[in-house]
Amino acid sequence: MEQFVGIMNYIVFFAITAGTYGILALGLNIQWGNTGLFNIGIAGFYALGAYTSALICGLPPSAWEGRTFGGFQLPFIVGLLGAAAVSGIVAIIVGAPTLRLRTDYLAIATIGIAETIRLVLNNESWLTNGVWGFQQIPSPLYKTIHGASSAYLNGHPNLPMWIHDLIARSYDWFYLALVLVVLFILYLIMERLVRSPWGRVIRAIREDEDATAMLGKHTFSYKMQALVLGAMIMGIGGSMYAHYARFISPVSFKPLYGTFIVWVMLILGGSGNNKGAILGSFAVWGIWAGTDFLTRYLPFSATQSASLRIILIAVLLEVILLWRPQGLLPPKKHLFTLK
Amino acid sequence: MTTLANIPQLLVYGIISGSIISLGGIGVSLTYSILGFSNFAHGDFMALGAYIALGLFTLFTGLGIPNVPFGPLSFGFGFALAFVLAIALTAIAVILIDRLLFRRLRRSGPIILMMSSIGVSLGLRNILQFFWSPQPHYYSQAIQPAVAIGILNVRIKPDEMFIIAIAIALVVLVHAFMRYTKMGKAMRAMADNATLAQVTGINTDRVIIWTWVIGAGLAATAGILAGIENKFITPQLGWQMLLSIFAGVVLGGIGNPYGAILGGMVIGISEEVSTAFISTGYKPAVAFVIMIIMLLVKPTGLLGRKD
Repeated sequence: MEQFVGIMNYIVFFAITAGTYGILALGLNIQWGNTGLFNIGIAGFYALGAYTSALICGLPPSAWEGRTFGGFQLPFIVGLLGAAAVSGIVAIIVGAPTLRLRTDYLAIATIGIAETIRLVLNNESWLTNGVWGFQQIPSPLYKTIHGASSAYLNGHPNLPMWIHDLIARSYDWFYLALVLVVLFILYLIMERLVRSPWGRVIRAIREDEDATAMLGKHTFSYKMQALVLGAMIMGIGGSMYAHYARFISPVSFKPLYGTFIVWVMLILGGSGNNKGAILGSFAVWGIWAGTDFLTRYLPFSATQSASLRIILIAVLLEVILLWRPQGLLPPKKHLFTLK
Repeated sequence: MTTLANIPQLLVYGIISGSIISLGGIGVSLTYSILGFSNFAHGDFMALGAYIALGLFTLFTGLGIPNVPFGPLSFGFGFALAFVLAIALTAIAVILIDRLLFRRLRRSGPIILMMSSIGVSLGLRNILQFFWSPQPHYYSQAIQPAVAIGILNVRIKPDEMFIIAIAIALVVLVHAFMRYTKMGKAMRAMADNATLAQVTGINTDRVIIWTWVIGAGLAATAGILAGIENKFITPQLGWQMLLSIFAGVVLGGIGNPYGAILGGMVIGISEEVSTAFISTGYKPAVAFVIMIIMLLVKPTGLLGRKD
């Protein structure tokens, strides 16, 4: 039973992380999967969301912190919306000079903005506490739920150990539910959007931008909307991460975890398919976690094992590109069937 | 003011780092114009070259090949031999990557190639990290004094003069190759219109191989020169410079190798001079901001033609 509790705790942790990645992958799917916009700066928007939410909801700076600003202690939902807003605004700044040009320019600019954001997080201590990171970010409803479960456990001292341990972790279960609810709502919105006339236009842009422009669609504005919407979702993902981790620092948003793995998730799951994006997130995070167990049995140092796991993910990407570029769940060819 | 008095010295640092960025940029530009995609693994080709040189140099030292420094430079025959062989081996390795991945994906279009290059980038970087660890490695631990050149208190190390000289020599060589050889002409033709080039009987596969030879060879050179300048190499060496390289390429006009040289120089100098005014940590951000401004003002770049 001890083991069972350990496994359950791991599954909850796993699903919270995979669900957060699912949010990022949904954001990328609207940009890349549906509109064909090549964003390789996901980590930047993800970090922006996390830090914005931390600044809005977090505690005021303590005496030993380098930061002198922020910590407004506002409710979680304000942080979540603020995260989406700030990421969206930065997306406009990136999109404005690049969306009229070949998609390569957007790719380069998104790498640039992600790197610039990382530099700001590292250097502007007054805002972000620099490399020491932002600490003690509050988790929504933590006191209520944790307090209730503690009270229940105090009132029932004779529970079996494993039930006791499960109840003691009830906040994690709550947070998992929260992540899944956010993921599901975003999924429903995205499904509605891609089936709307707006969705048809952005997919038309993905297939042939010139032809879409010829039909009188203002493609720049549609591309901008898709870029901003995707970035806002990534900001929400960052907020969800920050309030669970409760501690964020610039290293949490390196290109590998922030950008690359999300790409592999979407491509494996199936670019252009929202279900695929979510499936890919759980699958790739499962592979990633699985290789962690595997490399423990190999005679390599911790850094070597980490490199080996990344090499495996890179190989996985190339294998998908070579042999199954459409992913596990390819986008449906026809969204409507005539009866 | 001390800041302003430093500027001539920073200009010289800028020319040194601009030389390295330009050498990297030529390859990115050629890959873009001839193979049609932005190669995000180019920085890691630089790191690969730097590590192959390190491996060979260690091997040669073990074999007892002498490395008595050439005059005031920090290295001698042994390292020079490793340098030249590393360029060749990097080119071969990159051609193998092309055969294994890029060639098979060419039909899938430029975006799939771009994505594949990101995978190659991450894979290569971690292969280097697997074998050599993320810790820095040194070509030479000797401290080389900088010499005053007698203008405005500017000081420069002999190694740095070597870097600038090599960069100039290679730029002239690439120019001559592109301008006066049959292969150079074929490369320019293919950059203009790949289908038309193929119809006129140009062996496009050979052109592609030569593109990689030049691009990867210059990348390896840039990586090794960066190692000489910084005194150490890490697997992140190229990836860290990639943003500056791309900024230089875009600034000069994407797809134009001469633009890449000019743009790389401007980026290198701007990054170094900016340190007189803002934190050194923001160097890559300076490159990024210059690139964005260029895209807003003239997206085709300084030397770009209209598409």
